[in-house]
Amino acid sequence: MAEMLALRDYYGKTVAELGKTNKDIVVLDADLSGSTRTSTFAKAFPERFFNMGVAEQDMIGTAAGLAAGGKIPFASTFAIFASGRAWEQVRQAVGYPHQNVKIIATHGGITVGPDGPSHQAGEDIALMRAIPGLTVIMPADAHETAAAVRWAAGYVGPVYIRLTRDKFPVVFNDSKTFTPGKGEHLKKGTDVTFIACGLMTSIALEAAALLEKEGVLAGVVNMASIKPIDHELIVRVAAESGALVAAEEHSIIGGLGSAVTEVVAENNPVPVIRVGIQDDYISSGAPEELLDACGFTAAGLADAARRAVQLKKQAASR
Amino acid sequence: MKLTKDVNELMEIARRMRVDILTMIHAAGSGHPGGSLSAIDMLVALYCGAMDHGPERKKRDRRDKFVLSKGHGAPALYAVLAECGYFGREHLKTLRQYESILSGHPYAPSTPGVEITTGSLGQGLSQANGLALANRLDGQDTFVYAMMGDGETQEGQIWEAAMTAAHYKLGNLIAFLDNNELQIDGFVCDVMGIEPIGKKWEAFGWHVQQIDGHDFGQIFNAIDNAKKVTDKPSLIWARTVKGKGVSFMERLAKWHGTAPSTDELNKALAELGEKP
Ligand SMILES: Cc1ncc(C[n+]2csc(CCOP(=O)(O)OP(=O)(O)O)c2C)c(N)n1
Ligand SMILES: [Mg+2]
Repeated sequence: MAEMLALRDYYGKTVAELGKTNKDIVVLDADLSGSTRTSTFAKAFPERFFNMGVAEQDMIGTAAGLAAGGKIPFASTFAIFASGRAWEQVRQAVGYPHQNVKIIATHGGITVGPDGPSHQAGEDIALMRAIPGLTVIMPADAHETAAAVRWAAGYVGPVYIRLTRDKFPVVFNDSKTFTPGKGEHLKKGTDVTFIACGLMTSIALEAAALLEKEGVLAGVVNMASIKPIDHELIVRVAAESGALVAAEEHSIIGGLGSAVTEVVAENNPVPVIRVGIQDDYISSGAPEELLDACGFTAAGLADAARRAVQLKKQAASR
Repeated sequence: MKLTKDVNELMEIARRMRVDILTMIHAAGSGHPGGSLSAIDMLVALYCGAMDHGPERKKRDRRDKFVLSKGHGAPALYAVLAECGYFGREHLKTLRQYESILSGHPYAPSTPGVEITTGSLGQGLSQANGLALANRLDGQDTFVYAMMGDGETQEGQIWEAAMTAAHYKLGNLIAFLDNNELQIDGFVCDVMGIEPIGKKWEAFGWHVQQIDGHDFGQIFNAIDNAKKVTDKPSLIWARTVKGKGVSFMERLAKWHGTAPSTDELNKALAELGEKP
């Protein structure tokens, strides 16, 4: 079993660490600082931490104003509220003027679990990806989270980073760096390639191991940078393996699956199976139960890969 | 920037600004004359008489800042920015045109002097708070000014921001309410009443003063008073006339977002003492 670490813990630690040397960094939260882990920064730098109360729209607006005043604001709340409640504030005050605001949203996806659909953001990536100029990132593990947060602090422009509540298996180590628009080809495969982000990257690696036992060579790409997306890598693995599975803890509409499909359709059409939330609200439940129900397991992903390979064969025999 | 508090001088500037507003909206063929004309005297007071600012200052230089939360009043803002030399007057006639530096609503990246991008109502006060917090962190003794429409205060985010400004004791924030009593669909009191205005803002923890928003003496007096209140944000509740200065535009919802025809423009300019 791989080590398990919470992405949000690494966000909290990293932004507090960055705050030591970069005095322009300020942090805002909307009454969830314990959950998002911005409380770590709040304790270290109370004068640079602003609790905005349960007011996400005002939080984004205030962050935009702080950025306009030369600060580097990190604004955090749950993904559904950051992307949904404050969508038009993100578009108008952050995206449109290319304001230097970092939105670090935790509790994305279904692994929020028992809180149920009101708190399970399955649409946030679609919402944020539609806003021109935003960089949209879903890290695979705690180390990639730290790398993405460090990168965001140095980059001048708007960023959305989607994190989760649960601990995830560790994929990388603490020397991980983040480059926007670049995916990582973690494993090569000639039969099919998984393109995954977030929790799905570690599950895809497991699925590839399962498939290997039955003689199916599945590749794995980690695509934390959902926007900009790595066109070149997607086109390359599409050509090399001829079939893709895009996997994400997000709706099949508008997220990584859509982004991958768009690239493939316009460049090198091959079958793409999208693993994600099937345009639905998922009930309350333990995270493992919900992952199971959605097919977000090694077995579920392996199954999707077999279907992709099947489609490829059908197309070849036509 | 050379500032003036001479009322006659300011009235003459405001007269010219009204001419510019109408001329640019006419040239654009669309835009918002009513709310530009109700706000322009306060903008002239701020930019030509009260604010410590100027086009020579760089982005991070200390200076007073202004946020036009009611972004559709852009023509009024553009007129005073050109007057203050942020860009050449020749740009005014390009308002709303493709690739003009003067977008239909204020867009900071393209227009020198515009601090905050607005147009979607209800969002400017939060951003003014952010600027005020940034100034405070930098230890600057400068002021952030904002202007809201009265209809705009129907937006929930305004009240979130009102709470924030009071909670963080933003004594360096001075917001104007352009209380012209009209919005697009008619009188504010008929569409969605916002009274009691003074009591609401006071209850939210603000220092409130009511003035005539077309009286330069009252505007400067209110700004001076507001500056002395250091532990609370200030609201300058300005009673105004929508369409002020053009008889046939005054107090009519119709002129919220309609460009004058050439005949109407000429009539308006004549009233403003401008030779065609
Ligand atoms: C969020 C949002 N909703 C609707 C509009 C369209 N709109 C533009 S101006 C306006 C009325 C504003 O009234 P008020 O704030 O009183 O402005 P003023 O009278 O000063 O022109 C509306 C509804 C908008 N710009 N933003
Ligand atoms: Mg009004």
